[in-house]
Amino acid sequence: MSPNSTAHQAEAPSPHDPDERGHFGPYGGRFMPEALIGALDELTAEYDKARLDPEFTGEFARLLRDYAGRPSLLTEAPRFAEHAGGARVFLKREDLNHTGSHKINNVLGQALLTKRMGKKRVIAETGAGQHGVATATACALMGLDCVVYMGEVDTERQALNVARMKLLGAEVIPVKSGSRTLKDAINEALRDWVTNVDTTHYLLGTAAGGHPFPLMVRNFHKVIGIEARAQILDLAGRLPDVVTACVGGGSNAIGIFHGFIDDADVRLVGIEPGGHGIESGEHGATLSEGSPGMLHGALSYLLQDEDGQTVEAYSISAGLDYPGVGPEHAWLKDTARAEYRSVTDDEAMAAFKLLSRTEGIIPAIESAHALAGALKLGQELGPEGLILVNLSGRGDKDMDTAAKYFGFYEES
Amino acid sequence: MGLATLFEGTRAEGRAALVGYLPAGYPTVDASIELLKGMIDAGCDLVEVGVPYSDPVMDGPVIQAAAVEALGNGFRLRDVFRVVEAVSAHGGKAVVMTYWNPVHRYGVDAFSRDLAAAGGLGIITPDLIPDEAAEWMTASTEHGLDRIFLVAPSSSDERIASTVKASSGFVYATAVMGVTGARDAVGSAAAGLVARTRAHTTLPVAVGLGVRSGAQAAEVAAFADAVIVGSAFVTRAASGVDSVRELAAELAAGVRKAPTPIG
Repeated sequence: MSPNSTAHQAEAPSPHDPDERGHFGPYGGRFMPEALIGALDELTAEYDKARLDPEFTGEFARLLRDYAGRPSLLTEAPRFAEHAGGARVFLKREDLNHTGSHKINNVLGQALLTKRMGKKRVIAETGAGQHGVATATACALMGLDCVVYMGEVDTERQALNVARMKLLGAEVIPVKSGSRTLKDAINEALRDWVTNVDTTHYLLGTAAGGHPFPLMVRNFHKVIGIEARAQILDLAGRLPDVVTACVGGGSNAIGIFHGFIDDADVRLVGIEPGGHGIESGEHGATLSEGSPGMLHGALSYLLQDEDGQTVEAYSISAGLDYPGVGPEHAWLKDTARAEYRSVTDDEAMAAFKLLSRTEGIIPAIESAHALAGALKLGQELGPEGLILVNLSGRGDKDMDTAAKYFGFYEES
Repeated sequence: MGLATLFEGTRAEGRAALVGYLPAGYPTVDASIELLKGMIDAGCDLVEVGVPYSDPVMDGPVIQAAAVEALGNGFRLRDVFRVVEAVSAHGGKAVVMTYWNPVHRYGVDAFSRDLAAAGGLGIITPDLIPDEAAEWMTASTEHGLDRIFLVAPSSSDERIASTVKASSGFVYATAVMGVTGARDAVGSAAAGLVARTRAHTTLPVAVGLGVRSGAQAAEVAAFADAVIVGSAFVTRAASGVDSVRELAAELAAGVRKAPTPIG
């Protein structure tokens, strides 16, 4: 399949699109200040035109191929799979994309849209720094000014990515309010946007937020699932029993899920961060443990207290500790098209080390959650099982966290 | 209806109304009641009782910090009804200003019922647009509450028309593009926005975001039906009731000044 037709297929209108006001069932919509509605309308109109414009999809496809390095590989992981009940395990290698994660797909699409809208300034939020680095990269490529909001806690645990963003020419603003993590970085980016909306595009990094972001970000990531479906048919000769991916905001999961959403026999399983364990209360398992509510512009599942105050999420992974989740996942959960479960920090870190030592692939800690989920799914499926894991990013950025977790610094 | 009576009164006096904002529970529930009573006694025609919220994306540093402090001091959502009830018992008029998730979580109908029972007159909804407000339209009608939606300088004429159609009581015009916070100059966009809004409605138009002095209040009062002051009151609240009363008195004098030509 050529990159052009893949991009065209990803952007084409589908029965899984939300209604014209962005609702997936009851979820999604726009719970946003009126001051931003004009910008969301402008973005929606531009995206609706662009997704049908062969010039746009062609340019997007060219960038994915010649700049991001797509298609990404599909790699079988047989030594890892020995620990997964003998099921076959395939990894969709988003870690091999330029900048090291799936985030580049969405960023290139939105940066192209920014140029089409004639805006010169881009703002973004970042948790682990993957989306911030990808955004800074696209802005460097396209000559756009870039400001990245990042929780102060995250600037400390992801110092390397802060340096990368600065090298790429972005301004990184540490956010000191609230929990000083991803949620608060989004709050601060929204405050910037409402002040500078005439000149600025908010390049949101996940499939959440007010319409059209959940639809648009999903479509920019659908390339993952479209490629993976063709690749696994080619390599394994059949569709997988299960497709699994980690879910924070949910962008890599929604991207790979959509390659299989019409294949009713393929289970879609999202893995949420269980942190110190659900019973500890310190986790980010929004779909497993949350309830419907609004955060950052959409109705979805939310970690909240009985007064509707957002509860702070926790995960060892800076990219997953978000108390909200994209609205389409809420709908996939309620309709039982997808299942959501969680793994703990310890389970994720065990899978992180296991993949490194059995396959020579160091995953992002985010992606290690999906791997830990795959180990359990493999036990459930047995030797006949076939599992596709979205390896959403590489783990170089997590070396400091991992070295501390495994006590490598004490050994030396 | 309380808000209609209020604006009939101020229009008869040939002046704009003064609307003061303070979060319920800031710094504590009891203290916020005393502060709001002081604001009413010193000349606020209406108070906006804010609901402290964990993720106030429309608010600048002053109101963010107040929300954090109120929540840290144990504010619970039901406390907002106690505050509104105390304001009403004192002879004041109150609306609630709240991000929508706390209301959604409490139950839109239950919140409306309890607010009306406390004597509240309506809700200002900074992150709820009429497009998503079906449940609130029903509940507000059922319980006799006014729906105060916002218009912004970036709103198209079409959006202004549909927003004012869904509104009652008054329309909240945000004077500047940005978050809450006192400013040296109120946006020049404000007068234009008020004029664009008036083209679509006879409802009173209130202007908020940025006002902090009597002179600014007089300036806004020349073209708006109400002047809304928030962050400046919150800043004064830290110094106690006397400081809040002093600001309310200055602003009340401001909205009573003979309109002066602008610009």
